[in-house]
Amino acid sequence: VSTGVSIVGAGLSKFGRQPEKSGRDLALDAIHAALGDAGLEWADVQVAFGGSDGSGLADTLVTDLGLTGIPFTNVKNGCATGGSALMSAMNAIRSGAAEVALAVGFDKHPRGAFDPRPEDWGLPTTYGEAGLMVTTQFFGIKIARYLREHGISERTLALVAEKAYRNGALNPNAWRREPIPADEIAAADMVNDPLTRFMFCSPGEGGAAIVLASETAVRSSRAVRVLGAATRTRRFGSFEVFSPSIQGSGQPSSVSADAAAAAFAVAGITPDEVDVAQLQDTESGAEIMHLAECGFCKDGEQEAMVAAGETEIGGRLPVNTDGGCIANGEPIGASGLRQVHEIVTQLRGEAGERQVHQGRRAGPSIGFTHVYGAPGISAFTVLAV
Amino acid sequence: MGRSLTGSRCLHCGTVAFPAARGCQRCGLRSAEALELSSRGTVWGFTVQRFAPKSPPYVVPEGGFVPFAVGYVELPDGVKVEAVLECTDFAELDGADVTLVATDPVPRFATDQALAGSGVIA
Repeated sequence: VSTGVSIVGAGLSKFGRQPEKSGRDLALDAIHAALGDAGLEWADVQVAFGGSDGSGLADTLVTDLGLTGIPFTNVKNGCATGGSALMSAMNAIRSGAAEVALAVGFDKHPRGAFDPRPEDWGLPTTYGEAGLMVTTQFFGIKIARYLREHGISERTLALVAEKAYRNGALNPNAWRREPIPADEIAAADMVNDPLTRFMFCSPGEGGAAIVLASETAVRSSRAVRVLGAATRTRRFGSFEVFSPSIQGSGQPSSVSADAAAAAFAVAGITPDEVDVAQLQDTESGAEIMHLAECGFCKDGEQEAMVAAGETEIGGRLPVNTDGGCIANGEPIGASGLRQVHEIVTQLRGEAGERQVHQGRRAGPSIGFTHVYGAPGISAFTVLAV
Repeated sequence: MGRSLTGSRCLHCGTVAFPAARGCQRCGLRSAEALELSSRGTVWGFTVQRFAPKSPPYVVPEGGFVPFAVGYVELPDGVKVEAVLECTDFAELDGADVTLVATDPVPRFATDQALAGSGVIA
């Protein structure tokens, strides 16, 4: 099974604070890195998709890339911007409209919490006055209920964050490269119970770019095949950030569960065949819940999985081997493609100190990426070598 | 006092929305009637806002910021409404029965302990 599309180049800018660079500079760094990785030039790209949440329009990058006249579409889908851009690039190739396509995402956010306006979310301004326009509240409410329902301890939240910083320390491109012990993470200032300051990712800076090509157009020993991909918006009854209510009765629906099932169906594989995964970890609770929503375990099994080290680099299912959003920060437009970059790097066996399957006869052959964004969008890829 | 939240009910599929829907999230149709929602419900999920949100837009209460609970109240009408939650101890909130005490600036519900009187947090 295959989509007929391969990833032939993947590139990142540096992540973390870079006062001397603009968001667009970070995008250009990422694009040139991806093109260099692919052994291609900008003139080879036939269609492009990209976006940032707050650092400008991606199509203006042609000013500094070269005016080749190709179609370049701006994408703005919150944290799922990169995933949506990738899906669009892939579909352009599958439709036959192009043989080489680029997806790019970038952002450079100021320090501190995001500053959303109620009116942009269809809410009365009173929600801001009352202090409810705080993204972290949603994550606190969702994971607090999940822990209670499924008997997962708050200690597991700290262990997941500890892993993120430990993996970040092995990743030369990560923002946070200092390991932080679980005890310190658990004892840090509470932001929204049960989540402390060190369990959250921070708005950050970075760019990421992926070059895709039809399998027939570009043949490369370093190509990574796209087995499946899917993006979905939320179905009825979902629970998302800035919801004045949750409609319907019973358990909320999950856009991530819907999209993961679709991506696995297209790829023709099951979650137990995945060797390495990137799951959206806006905070450590999100990684825990997404393990189940994406089909890697049943609700409640995460407590034992994490305790046994199954999601560590040396474990059965390594998750967020580059340190995830927690260690790399959250440049909204870039995160979804950073995840793809990491899986490509792992599948090629080029991840250095954080390489999975070290010392085993066979390297990883199937990887998985999941990005989730407000207001209820998920994008997935299943990748293989 | 006749205090209540106004939502809507879809005339086609019966889905209840808050605030009142412009189009039904379940069936997509635009025919809905106004519905006064129940003023009693149970806490479905909650967290505590431990730091003062950014001002503006947040309006700091007289006397300064104190941590407050925010969550979703499941109403018998078939909808869970986001609300500020008044209580005497955050520990009493899980699954608690709560009563609507204000609709403005956002819905606000209180536990029975908070309604009874002293030491209210919110």
